[in-house]
Amino acid sequence: MHAKSSIYQRRKLLNRLIMTACVSAAAFGIAWLLMIVASLLIKGVPGLSLDLFTERTRMSGGGLGNVILGSLIMTALATVIGSLIGVAAGTWLAEYGDRSKLASVIRFINDVLLSAPSIIIGLFIYAMMVLPMGHFSGWAGSVALAVLIIPVVIRSTEDMLRLVPGSLREAASALGAHRWWVVVKVCYGGARAGIITGILLGTARISGETAPLLFTALNSNQWNFFDMGSEMPNLPMTLYQNMTINSFLPEQVQLAWAGALILTLAVLLLNIFARLMSSRRDKA
Amino acid sequence: MKDASVSSPHQLGAHDGELQLLRRNGRLDRLFAGSTFFFAVTVLVLLAAIMVTLFISGWPAFSQLGSSFFTGDRWAANVNNFGILPAVYGTLVTSFIAILVAVPISFGIAIFLTELCPVFLRRALGTMVELLAGVPSIIYGMWGMEVLAPFLQRHMPTLFPAGTGLTTAGLILAVMIIPFITAITRDVMMTVPPMLRESAYGLGCTTWEVVRNVVFPSVRAGMVGGIILGLGRALGETMAVTFVIGNNLFFKTTVTGQGTSIAALIANQFPEADGLQRSALLALGFLLFVITFIVLAIARLMLRRMDKRSA
Repeated sequence: MHAKSSIYQRRKLLNRLIMTACVSAAAFGIAWLLMIVASLLIKGVPGLSLDLFTERTRMSGGGLGNVILGSLIMTALATVIGSLIGVAAGTWLAEYGDRSKLASVIRFINDVLLSAPSIIIGLFIYAMMVLPMGHFSGWAGSVALAVLIIPVVIRSTEDMLRLVPGSLREAASALGAHRWWVVVKVCYGGARAGIITGILLGTARISGETAPLLFTALNSNQWNFFDMGSEMPNLPMTLYQNMTINSFLPEQVQLAWAGALILTLAVLLLNIFARLMSSRRDKA
Repeated sequence: MKDASVSSPHQLGAHDGELQLLRRNGRLDRLFAGSTFFFAVTVLVLLAAIMVTLFISGWPAFSQLGSSFFTGDRWAANVNNFGILPAVYGTLVTSFIAILVAVPISFGIAIFLTELCPVFLRRALGTMVELLAGVPSIIYGMWGMEVLAPFLQRHMPTLFPAGTGLTTAGLILAVMIIPFITAITRDVMMTVPPMLRESAYGLGCTTWEVVRNVVFPSVRAGMVGGIILGLGRALGETMAVTFVIGNNLFFKTTVTGQGTSIAALIANQFPEADGLQRSALLALGFLLFVITFIVLAIARLMLRRMDKRSA
């Protein structure tokens, strides 16, 4: 009797110890998030002002207007290119390739590319585009970002198309609809919210990428309105440069933290917006 | 007169307009299937292009430097001495520290989310973890440089004389990959049927015993896959590491001291590199890609096995 209760007690104690550890791990994770958000706010908010959005970057003072614009242009172009290719490829995987050998190879390679280091993509585009062209350009930056977003879009498009019930496709085919019409009207119609969510999540991911822009778009402190052939100012690179080679100037560091706050907020908002889109689909 | 055998739309009494429509739709069908196929194959072309391009542009370094490229313990561009040992050592040590710190914490959070957490909190906390995974890596790098490194320098000056170093980089990497590993572990733990769990609880198991003896054994492949996926991230991460690793280009068997990693070395030197140095950095990029490719392939294979089971 005594031995039995001591076993019970030991089991109970062990359980309590480990579960306490789990709760503290969760608390620790949340504390870390709050700490990062807190330092972003503490260091970033004092730098916020209207000039930040209208002025270009300068060695002293200045704002982030040109780099925000440059980032928007490159991210938008990359999202458009990447979504077109990604949705098409995802469609083939879900609707045509299905269980074929080739489709499963493509799926596997795509999954690997999904988490390939982004700096490698930067090097790749450097060797493919920047070296032959002889100079850094907004085009190269956009293409590098597009290469990064394609696997994200392919994956989510395929997953979402698979959620469309087969009976819907069969019903449309039975009414005499052609295959392309079935895919475009029935499948895309049903999976629209999910596909858009995937694209938005991909956009959120590429808008904060720094490493691939290092060797492709570089950076610039001038305004660049859609001149994609020359160096493109962008926010992540500005953060990097202001925190490293320009970090001897307090104003530059201040500017970088304000930029970091803007970038993080933009990425988080995109993420939340994307999630809201897909949760609306869940309810419908 | 119409033929008796009904084999073409003509014989069904279709007039020219309808026939044209049919033909056009047939063409569109083939066009649609063909073009989507073309873009799907682009993925394979992309992989091949990355491999080939990096290898070709790194070839001068491989051929001119030979084995000293792989065994050299010093990376000094001014004397054309390119040994990758310091970078490889730094990459391995930082990733190892990151995994060592991140795995227990991630598993803890995942257990908390699946077994302990009240339902109304589960969704909010889960979303929070996923949002943390979306924060750009440069933000982690800046935070590491301005907050974590000075903190370590102030409180442990003997271990971290400069604040930056391999351990600092490893800790930042750990913070970065915790959300990834947590999200995957939680997802695979959710695939365990509630019936199994409840049977174990019904036999009188404690929560820990259920997790250890019922949940973990049935999702082991998925959990290992998640860890390896995190490792893949850590190996190739650039921005979070570059700020805090110290960028010491000489090989030194240290764990807390300053060093460099493959990605950090490329990010630091590539913009000003030329000739053999550029080629050596591209060759380094090729090596990094091959390493991460193998690691990620293993992770995906293990996760795929999980997917098949839950489907």
